[in-house]
Amino acid sequence: MAALTLLEARSLTRHFGGLRAVDGVDFDLAQGEIHALIGPNGAGKTTLVGLLCGRVPVQSGSIRLAGRDITRLPAHARVRAGIAYTFQITAIYPRLTVLDNIALAVQSRGAKNLAAESLAALDRVGLAGRAAMLAGDLSYGHQRLLELGMGLALRPRLLILDEPTQGLANAEIEAFKALVRGAVPDMTVLLIEHNMDVVMDLADRITVLNFGRVLATGTPGEIRANAAVQAAYLGG
Amino acid sequence: MEGLVTSAVLALTALGLALVFGVMRVVNVAHGEFFMLGAVAAWFVTTWIPGPPAAGFIAALVLCPLLVGAVAALADTLVLKRLGYDPDATIVATIGLLYVLQQAALSLYGPEARPVEAPFTLRVQLPWFGYSGYKLAVIAAAAVVLAGVWLLLARTRIGLVMRATQIDREMARAFGINVERVYAGVFALGAGLAAVAAVLIVPIQQAHYLMGQDPLLLSFMVVIVGGLGSLRGALVAALLIGLSDGVISVFFSPTLAKILATLFVALVLVFRPQGLMGRRAA
Amino acid sequence: MNGGAAKIWALHLGVLAALLAAQLVLPAYHAGNLARIMVLAVYAMGFNIAFGYTGLLSLGHALFFGAGLYGMGMPVALAGWGAGAGLVAGIAAGGGLALAVGLLALRRAGVSFMIVTLMFAQAGYLTILYYTPYTRGEEGIVIDRAARVLMGLDLSQDATRYCAALALFAAALLVNLALVRSPFGRVMVAMRENEERSRMLGYDPFRVKLAALVLSGLYAGASGAAYGLLFGYVGAGFASIQYSILPLLYVLLGGAGTVLGPFLGAALMFYLIDLSSGVTTAHLLVVGAALLVLVLFAPKGILGTLRDRGLKWLP
Repeated sequence: MAALTLLEARSLTRHFGGLRAVDGVDFDLAQGEIHALIGPNGAGKTTLVGLLCGRVPVQSGSIRLAGRDITRLPAHARVRAGIAYTFQITAIYPRLTVLDNIALAVQSRGAKNLAAESLAALDRVGLAGRAAMLAGDLSYGHQRLLELGMGLALRPRLLILDEPTQGLANAEIEAFKALVRGAVPDMTVLLIEHNMDVVMDLADRITVLNFGRVLATGTPGEIRANAAVQAAYLGG
Repeated sequence: MEGLVTSAVLALTALGLALVFGVMRVVNVAHGEFFMLGAVAAWFVTTWIPGPPAAGFIAALVLCPLLVGAVAALADTLVLKRLGYDPDATIVATIGLLYVLQQAALSLYGPEARPVEAPFTLRVQLPWFGYSGYKLAVIAAAAVVLAGVWLLLARTRIGLVMRATQIDREMARAFGINVERVYAGVFALGAGLAAVAAVLIVPIQQAHYLMGQDPLLLSFMVVIVGGLGSLRGALVAALLIGLSDGVISVFFSPTLAKILATLFVALVLVFRPQGLMGRRAA
Repeated sequence: MNGGAAKIWALHLGVLAALLAAQLVLPAYHAGNLARIMVLAVYAMGFNIAFGYTGLLSLGHALFFGAGLYGMGMPVALAGWGAGAGLVAGIAAGGGLALAVGLLALRRAGVSFMIVTLMFAQAGYLTILYYTPYTRGEEGIVIDRAARVLMGLDLSQDATRYCAALALFAAALLVNLALVRSPFGRVMVAMRENEERSRMLGYDPFRVKLAALVLSGLYAGASGAAYGLLFGYVGAGFASIQYSILPLLYVLLGGAGTVLGPFLGAALMFYLIDLSSGVTTAHLLVVGAALLVLVLFAPKGILGTLRDRGLKWLP
């Protein structure tokens, strides 16, 4: 059965002054896949993802989500359309309780029974026992878990994770991988990652970015075998 | 001519405000009160110094900016520094400072407006107009001070230090620049400029404890229209606003003129926040 | 969670009950003051919705208070409107101007936003002065006793006036409490705490802030209209910068982002100014001093600091 295309990006371009952060990128996401975006620092990964979720305005090119043109849609409207984004540097509300944090995500998607649904969302990431704590008092790993939980609680069609395993201990990484595997195929996941083990283990497909351009796209096996990718990034 | 005098004084005052915002990123709502303090101090100095009015005036011209600058430096060290120059907190603090300075002037100086004698009363008689020599002197003096400040910023080491701190506070600190002292100095300089402007204008206007309100609003206008952070823009704007003030009050009542000016500034800030010459923040 | 809710409602209803009882105990002078304080507290609560909860520091709220005052005062004094209609007109004027200002000012943030609101408020104040033939400017309009009758009750009578002020305060307080405990209240706080994160949860910052500002304007309008009706005087001074600074001061003192904070701050500050004006004409010095002390040493205000130090449940 051919996979449906959830997201289609064509000729995406974004300059900052003289720097071509994203330079004519074509990018497709299949429904229900886990897609990893890798590349050296400065390759344009965070900018590309910013273009997709609306944090960075598109200068030229187009983005279609399930056939609908969202290129000019502001960021908050794209969230409503089904794209969720977790930040590279953890962005939760440290002065609010863990429960309030997740409730904000849950109520955004219009849930009816807020209290119950919020606890359920916390349960999904294993934080239900810490609901009354202030989010700022959580350990780093738990904060990142909370942020992931907020993303999941939005029940998006596309969940974009920006370097989610950075700074996590091995056990926490395993828990994270399990959560991501559990999210698909209801959701589609796009993650930026530097941890190659995680990438090779989780991803259905990988796109390699370099100097704002797509270097290669393919399955983990294909990417591993690709000479150009090896030279540019994997240090082969 | 009136317009030029207004422009000259406005340029000095607004420059003070612009410097403080440019280097410290602080909006000093009490700036008008430093202006007022300069005028009130001038009254005290000229009243106490015996002899011809010129003597008292020269003394005031030298002493008052120093005095007001000292008050400003004190305020910066005691208050603004402790707040870490946080934008919200400093605005609230300068509002508090405004009330304190204004009401202190009310207590110590009283509610009346009092005149200060001009240092000399010359009339320069030209074929078509006679000009008050003093007003010409004001314009000249303002120009000299402005040139002096420009020299200071562009050519001296102190100016270099100020500009470095403006561009990147942390880098400046890393280079060993005592940022706190620079800030106190800039704040004092800003207040001092306002005080100089006040001393110059006080023989023409009178000294009154509420006289800081108009200069504050006008300085805001100049700084915003000229572009927050652009000193050149501030000068151009001061010239424009000072000159047009005279023209506008021929056609409109002063209140209506003020209403239009205030709305103009608000709309400039909403729709063209970089003003005339400022650069738009990326 | 419900044990907490009971405590909260008990506290707030208790405060209202105490205020109700107070009028039986207090001498007329203080009862009159308390009535004024309650009306001003409504204004401060409105300011708090924008500033304390949503993080919008406006320096132009006097525009909305003045709108309430004149929105009620002009129809009532000049066109013979009834007090009830005047009240509604005042509230609508406050909310309407807040909407207009918000649509423009919210295109900017931080310092620029503050200056834009300040400028609009100044323009409003000057407009009142400009139209002195109609508004009587600084001198003000005295509202006839005959006009200050709401639903058959004479608002100029001490007891009636106090109860009316209390009724308005109670309504404002309870609405405020419900708001901050509602999902939207949570969104307002989220916007203040981390706007970017809130945007990426699907909340439109512009809409949320505009709603908060309009609510704030409705409160200010209600307070202004009530002030004019209850105390019989409408004057330009109430639309001046001072009346933009006062709610900020009340909120900072009582505790920004708390429901009872504005009332506490209003009461304390009112008496502080009242007492010091007996001592010197430069009594606004205490305003300046209070602002400096608060911003330096106690930015969270009384209730804010209490909440931090242990009373976590205080809304």
